[in-house]
Amino acid sequence: MSTVYVPRDAGAQSLGADEVARAIAAEAKRRALPLTLVRNGSRGHYALEPLVEVVTPAGRVAYGPVTPADVPALFEAGFLEGQAHALAHGLTEEIPWFKGQQRLTFARVGIVDPASVADYIRQGGYAGLTRALAMDGAAVVAAILESGLRGRGGAAFPTGIKWKTVHDAPGGQKYVTCNADEGDSGTFADRMLMEGDPLSLIEGMTIAGIAVGATQGYIYLRAEYPHAHRALNTAIAAAYQAGYLGADVAGSGRRFELEVRLGAGAYICGEETSMLESLEGRRGEVRVRPPLPAIKGLFGRPTIVNNVITLATVPWILAHGAKAYADYGTGKSRGTLPIQLAGNIKNGGLVERAFGLSLRELLYDYGGGSATGRPIRTVQIGGPLGAYVPASQFDVAVDYEALSAIGALLGHGGIVAFDDTVDMARMARYAMEFCALESCGKCTPCRIGSTRGVEVIDQILAGIEGERNLHLLEELCETMVQGSLCGLGGMAPFPVQSALKYFREDFRAPPKQAQ
Amino acid sequence: MRLVRTDIRPTVPCKPRDPGWTYTCCLMKTLAATQETAVKRIVAELKHRPGPLLEILHAIQDTLGCVPEAVVAPVAEGLNLSRAEVHGVITFYHHFRRAPAGAHTVSLCQAEACRSMGAVALAEHARRRLGVDFHQTTPDGRFTLEPIYCLGNCACSPAAMIDGRLHGRLTPERFDEIIAAQAKSS
Repeated sequence: MSTVYVPRDAGAQSLGADEVARAIAAEAKRRALPLTLVRNGSRGHYALEPLVEVVTPAGRVAYGPVTPADVPALFEAGFLEGQAHALAHGLTEEIPWFKGQQRLTFARVGIVDPASVADYIRQGGYAGLTRALAMDGAAVVAAILESGLRGRGGAAFPTGIKWKTVHDAPGGQKYVTCNADEGDSGTFADRMLMEGDPLSLIEGMTIAGIAVGATQGYIYLRAEYPHAHRALNTAIAAAYQAGYLGADVAGSGRRFELEVRLGAGAYICGEETSMLESLEGRRGEVRVRPPLPAIKGLFGRPTIVNNVITLATVPWILAHGAKAYADYGTGKSRGTLPIQLAGNIKNGGLVERAFGLSLRELLYDYGGGSATGRPIRTVQIGGPLGAYVPASQFDVAVDYEALSAIGALLGHGGIVAFDDTVDMARMARYAMEFCALESCGKCTPCRIGSTRGVEVIDQILAGIEGERNLHLLEELCETMVQGSLCGLGGMAPFPVQSALKYFREDFRAPPKQAQ
Repeated sequence: MRLVRTDIRPTVPCKPRDPGWTYTCCLMKTLAATQETAVKRIVAELKHRPGPLLEILHAIQDTLGCVPEAVVAPVAEGLNLSRAEVHGVITFYHHFRRAPAGAHTVSLCQAEACRSMGAVALAEHARRRLGVDFHQTTPDGRFTLEPIYCLGNCACSPAAMIDGRLHGRLTPERFDEIIAAQAKSS
């Protein structure tokens, strides 16, 4: 019997994957061909989505992008045996876009059946948990420290230090929380992982819980991700069913319970203390630190707060060893980073590579240049709070320190490309507008400053006292950076400052066409 | 193009999850008996969970189609919170609607990645096509237009969520096709 994979990934669905899956099932039925249809995650090469894969003795053969109208011809050409067709790309693993990648965190995404614990284990899943259960908590924490893993949500804080603080905190109830409030534009690695390999996140959280003595985990998921919500709930139910969650994790006698809590459309809840407030059922206003969440977090108890990618990387580190992970990367940026190519880019999607490759390689070798075919003028890295990087700096290496050295930040690894029609004054205005919309209102520089920022940019664009207002805008940015309580107000000026620094001409000329 | 009448609030039902109910919660200060029963049942079921308020509000919105003013008092009473606290939470989060949406909800991503691929122009097109601005419902109650800030489909920009279905690489032409199909279905 043939096995065909059609992604259930939200991005693939947005391009018609469900219709393709239905068409394949119907055509197979019409031809009386037995068929196993697996709905996997996306491999992450969205130019080829919906990407249909067929299992052959040589490996999986890829066809894409497939539309329902292509399906009869694919059957006619013998695609179930991996035969040639205009949409065929040969073995998926040999497609150049995938071949050079170093997929550790994303090793199973697009390959495994996300709803099946058995398939997960066949693909190497739960090897990390098995190892962790044979070690004591302190040794697991030491392994995470040794791996050099840093928080992939954006702040890049060493994960092992957070874990050690929670581990060393006095006993009683502790929590493991996963920040799945992936609100940064240009980022979708969390979503892809939760839809494509949710059990790796569940395993990572279980390992964290067992290492630090926490018995309850929460995944705080944004409400904008209904597909991930379904995938997580399905996988959590399967893990309970298989005995990998609950009172007796994998027969170890250790308890770990896990559930998903939905956010409600507040960007600020991606900030960790705001997320904890929201989990407790309150307004997502940031907390003043100290105390750190690791000491006094959810419901006032010691709490691990980590991003999806951070936690989903933990099983690989435990299974293959901390040193094996630390062998990837450069300087203080150890391991790999799932990078997301987004916006005006020909081949958008997910590229996981060791830290240190150049931005240019990502944009042109993987990305293939802009989608519109025009020159890429700038990219924004790290979401709406990240700086704009001009084309003159595209040779910068993608790692935390190198980007920081040019005044940019890596954040969650999302890269949004813009072609030369972009109006950077409009983008700067949008940065302030977004901050005003999403400010929690607790501190004045963010709450008032962002609104004043929009007004000042509007004055500049209207040609009112240009020089004076540009100076005022720079001072305002400085005040927000220095005076805000958290990263929202403290970083929202970064895109504005970089736009002023590299694209000042846009703030003077009459506005071009709106972006 | 239709005339925009923003002074008229839609009087159509909330998302009709239970056709037997009368949905007037957008206008009302009080709940219908069936709605009050539902709210009390939701509060009773969820109040013992840790940090239950957001879960309760989600359940109310899923059931009533919105979180109307009239639920503040019973929720506050059930959780032993002040009404101000409950009101504060409801109004903090963009996801909770104070009034019901139209029969179809169209959420267009307006964040950076989608902007780089023409999301602003697409929104302009959608406004003209539907005859309403963001956060408004067409006078016939069929379509509500909303901005949304990232659907995680940034490699397939511009993106939109229409009645829970995600769309990628959306063009004005494709947008019109989808709207025409939805209009026919309702």
